[in-house]
Amino acid sequence: MLDEPEIAERLAARMPDPSRPGTDDPERALPKVATGIAGLDEVLRGGLPAGRPTLVCGGAGCGKTLMSMEFLVRGALEFGEPGAYISFEETEHELSQNVRSLGFDVDALVREGKLVFDHVRVERQEIEEIGEYDLDGLFVRLGLAIDAVGARRVVLDTIESLFSGFSDMAVLRSELRRLFAFLKARGVTTIVTGERGDGTLTRQGLEEYVSDCVILLDHRVHDQVSTRRLRVVKYRGTAHGTNEYPFLIDEDGFSVLPLTSIGLGHTVSDERITTGIRRLDNMLGGQGYYRGSTILISGTAGSGKTSLAAHFATSVCARGERCLYLAFEESPDQITRNMRSIGLDMATPVRQGLLRIESARPTLHGLEMHLAQIHRAVEQFDPHAIVIDPISNLSTAGVALDATAMLLRLIDFLKVRGTTALLVSLTGGEAAIEVSGQGVSSLIDTWLILRDLEAGGERNRGLYVIKSRGMAHSNQIREFLITNEGIQLQDVYVGPEGVLTGSLRAQQEARERAAAVAREQDARRRQRDLQRRRAAVEAQIAALQAEFAALDEEGRVSTTEHDARSAIIQTERDAAAGRRGADTAASAPGSNP
Amino acid sequence: MSTAMTELHEGTAGQWAGDEKWDLRLYIAGQTPKSVAAFNNLKRICEEHMPGRYRIEVIDLLENPRLAKEDQIVAIPTLVRKLPQPLRKIIGDLSDTERALVGLQLRPRA
Repeated sequence: MLDEPEIAERLAARMPDPSRPGTDDPERALPKVATGIAGLDEVLRGGLPAGRPTLVCGGAGCGKTLMSMEFLVRGALEFGEPGAYISFEETEHELSQNVRSLGFDVDALVREGKLVFDHVRVERQEIEEIGEYDLDGLFVRLGLAIDAVGARRVVLDTIESLFSGFSDMAVLRSELRRLFAFLKARGVTTIVTGERGDGTLTRQGLEEYVSDCVILLDHRVHDQVSTRRLRVVKYRGTAHGTNEYPFLIDEDGFSVLPLTSIGLGHTVSDERITTGIRRLDNMLGGQGYYRGSTILISGTAGSGKTSLAAHFATSVCARGERCLYLAFEESPDQITRNMRSIGLDMATPVRQGLLRIESARPTLHGLEMHLAQIHRAVEQFDPHAIVIDPISNLSTAGVALDATAMLLRLIDFLKVRGTTALLVSLTGGEAAIEVSGQGVSSLIDTWLILRDLEAGGERNRGLYVIKSRGMAHSNQIREFLITNEGIQLQDVYVGPEGVLTGSLRAQQEARERAAAVAREQDARRRQRDLQRRRAAVEAQIAALQAEFAALDEEGRVSTTEHDARSAIIQTERDAAAGRRGADTAASAPGSNP
Repeated sequence: MSTAMTELHEGTAGQWAGDEKWDLRLYIAGQTPKSVAAFNNLKRICEEHMPGRYRIEVIDLLENPRLAKEDQIVAIPTLVRKLPQPLRKIIGDLSDTERALVGLQLRPRA
């Protein structure tokens, strides 16, 4: 949570203020008194003009009294400045009761002498005016109240009641002028309240007496949702925020949301953090989101936005960091249960105090209330990351333009804090999916789109990165499955009609598997063929070798036979010759077998 | 006028007389011309209309500022008629005697 000096420092360091240096130079500027009201001092660049009256005006029920009271209470509690409350309408008891609901124990402050009340009752019908008079009695009471506690802060609420109590306008006006001079002379910082008039800031033209600072409070109802706004109408001699700032009144008092005063001067981190899904990290340059960046996930109903967000949330907590999950559609229990069904344990980080899930119906309050509650939650919990699921629902809490303005403020606020923000946006039916940014797409650093891919009679989930500043990112449309173990991104199959998803992808996978099997079978068959042919060749070789051996044998046998036959012939011839007594030498062996 | 203004100013008889007793309180803040005029006018009216039956208590809020809060005094001078009942408040210097008499209910409204 930022404290005052830090905010001031941030503003001073980062906000290019066209009026500086000069009127807003702390050395030379009008001395100011911090109100202590959350956000208001930022709008007023320090506080109310010290020792001067400030007019706070607005319609009935716009919060003038509460703002005034908080000014005094904070002064007494936080700045050691006692206060005097001069009420013209409510009694001390009524006031004390009214602000008790804001957590202010006014009675205790009164007992401690830090606060004093005076209820100035002016009843026209009880009073007869005869001759000249002045309001010295009021001055006496004011002086008494201031002196009783040494008041540095005074509230007159609302001094316009005097106009209904007295009939002599000339006297009243001169007395009012004298009153403001008196207050200035006493050096007390004063809030004077006034009812808003028809076409004028106050019914009685109080603005004519209070020339230094005028704050206008407004309470309007649009589409049955009320919003409160504050505007600094004028602040003489100093720069101030000029917009209408939403404010709210809740159990912690009054708070103004000065977010539009934040410029683009925030520092950025180079650190990358995981998306919670490894393959999605891969799509984002392999490392995931930038820390402190703003991520938008948009998609149609049931496209898995919450699951993706829950992945991120649990990954934040897994690092031991805090994550705030703001759910506008589901209760914490419901989210926890649903995410358990996809294998995400959100209950453990909740128990560990790392994850806080806050649910609220968007229509429960106006936008400002939501914004303020988010602020407060962020400042109390100080999360490293925040998930808002979904932002699109917030537009039901106000008009679209307001919702956009509020989101811009919120994103600015989170960026300045360096909180990683993951926003979920629901895209309605037929609307172009890229038009789902609620008008904030220009502030988004990483934008993921989840969409239904319809093909082959099926509806499947596709994810792609529409933009991601400062990092290389995948241009693929990836199918993702929500499984018992969370979200799984699938491989990409591009068919003739685009990316294949679902059954088509499964078919494609099956086809590829079949083809692989076929290829393997083919290879095995060829192998077998080769082996067979080799075996055949080997058999042939064996046969030939056998033949060869046979021939060889045959050769040897025939030679032996020949020799034997020759020997026999020779023997016979020799025998014949012997019998004839012929000359053996005359006959050639073998020539006549 | 003197500091005696903060004291009781009773009628010439010095005691209550008649049926109707008048208990009046005049709040002032310092001896301003308006306060002095108011006191003188009041005194004159009392002497004329209720001699001996009135008392005027003059309260200077500069000396008793707490009474301004306690008695709900805003305008100066303020005359409070404590008695006779009901309580009436009249502001101003009572320069218009006729209206002052009406205001004090000494004379019916015209």
